[in-house]
Amino acid sequence: MRQTIAEKILSKHSGKRVRAGDIVIADVDFCFGQDGTSGMIIDSFKKMGTEKVFDKDIFCMVLDHSCPSPNIGVSAIHNKIRMFSKEHGVKVFDVGRGVCHQLVPETGFVTCGDLVLGADSHTCTYGAINALSTGVGSTDLAITLASGKNWFVVPETIKMNVNGSLGKGVYSKDVILYLIGDIGADGATYKSVEFYGDIISEMSVEARFTISNMAVEMGAKCGLMKADKKTTDWVKRHSIRECIPVSADEDAKYVDIRDYDLSELPPQVAKPHTVDSVCPVEEVEGTHIDEVNIGTCTNGRLEDLEIAAKILKGRKIAKGMKLIITPASRRIALECLKRGYVETFINAGGIVNNPGCGPCVGTHQGVLADGENAFSTANRNFKGRMGNPNSNIYLGSPATAAATALEGKIADPREHKRRL
Amino acid sequence: MANFAHRLIMQDDINTDYIISGRYKFKIQDMQELSRYIFKDLEEDFHKKIQPGDFLVAGSNFGCGSSREQAPAALKASGLKAVIAKSFARIFHRNAFNVGLCLIECETNHIDDMDEIELDLEENIIRNVSKGLKIEIKPIPDIMKKFLDKGGVIEYFKEYGCFDDAL
Repeated sequence: MRQTIAEKILSKHSGKRVRAGDIVIADVDFCFGQDGTSGMIIDSFKKMGTEKVFDKDIFCMVLDHSCPSPNIGVSAIHNKIRMFSKEHGVKVFDVGRGVCHQLVPETGFVTCGDLVLGADSHTCTYGAINALSTGVGSTDLAITLASGKNWFVVPETIKMNVNGSLGKGVYSKDVILYLIGDIGADGATYKSVEFYGDIISEMSVEARFTISNMAVEMGAKCGLMKADKKTTDWVKRHSIRECIPVSADEDAKYVDIRDYDLSELPPQVAKPHTVDSVCPVEEVEGTHIDEVNIGTCTNGRLEDLEIAAKILKGRKIAKGMKLIITPASRRIALECLKRGYVETFINAGGIVNNPGCGPCVGTHQGVLADGENAFSTANRNFKGRMGNPNSNIYLGSPATAAATALEGKIADPREHKRRL
Repeated sequence: MANFAHRLIMQDDINTDYIISGRYKFKIQDMQELSRYIFKDLEEDFHKKIQPGDFLVAGSNFGCGSSREQAPAALKASGLKAVIAKSFARIFHRNAFNVGLCLIECETNHIDDMDEIELDLEENIIRNVSKGLKIEIKPIPDIMKKFLDKGGVIEYFKEYGCFDDAL
């Protein structure tokens, strides 16, 4: 029986040869929570009556969704997390360190072939470095914190071959938005998606994170990539753990194989209020925008901010525009300072936030007013996501976001080709 | 006592932000209190329609989006006996059974708002009493039935200390 990447990783971690549809108990390599979910992880852990965490070195908590705290309720949760950390000797990344999905791989907690659980739906991000990582709820995470294990349904797998070469001004964000628009918000529910093809191979590991990050927006359990030299170099640079890549067998069983040639792909935009409501930028060009948000676990990495800086350098954003930039980690923020990007953003009229989730989850740092339109590099545009159900959110790449900030309306980044 | 179906104005892709907005999940820790805010961005005061033992009925991909466990926990606290939908998003599906909220997958086109319905997990059917229809449901896997029987995975874990017997 030939196996997919998910089948191989779950076989290795459950100690038996498994195939899609099996339910298994498997050992988890790493798990974590963020400030929106860790309070309930702690409650669930305590309710279970377990006294000690299974292994303090395979768990951490990240204060990123609302940081620094915007109100008393969140402050109490943050302190509860800090106290649990002291009590059990587990690691906490306190406010200002960054977004969990940047910090977890950047700190070296994940390596190729790992099985990772996070109490955050975008945990699928590390599929880009060949790890089966997936989001779960707080109680699920507490079970793993106590036992080092959890139960898994071995997923069926969809293979996506993404070939061609991307034009100037078109990025991994445009690719994943297009794929989500094509398959639909529930097109891959419960399934593993494996991404292959020239376009994926050409991308940096950072750009690949953007793709895997959004696999959940098509309903997928995980968005996996094979490990090439770029992957193993990246993992070895960040982690001291052994790196053993896992690849699918040639004739592994896929429930669907989808072939794409995206050489002609224009920049893509997801319209309010669903991520799969995707169109070419031309269709929404000229739509008035009040706030541009560049950052998040989808597009807050160094090369994302570099692209934005290139477009914004020496220019001013539109009158009345709020441009909010949030680096995904402290390391990225410092590098942006060193390279002069922060100066560029501020001179352009932008606001640079502390590392974290920024305004993405609607609790602080840029909540929209009634009737306002936002353009965001985040991964969700659900009604109310940025804190106000009477506002609209458009999603796109950092390049489209930066071009939009300059114009005050949705703009095609290809007009800044010479800078990219 | 008769129990009724409730349908929202929206049917497909009801995400966890709609079930319980991020605005409330950070502020309110008590699930009973939080359950007063379910679906607030879609329909003000939806929670008032629910009597203990009632059902929420929806289309496909119910519970997509954020992994917030407050979503199924608040639905359970609202008094719903089960959510009935054509399909569920993966994380929500796990979370629901983990907190002891029953999810039923079946064709939902023949259940209207305020239809009287009965759920039969022995026979794997729903009886739509108002319409005189029997609707077949997808059987719930044993491991999840065991969690439901105990009232959630925590209670299961407390009793057995592991899952090894759950499979």
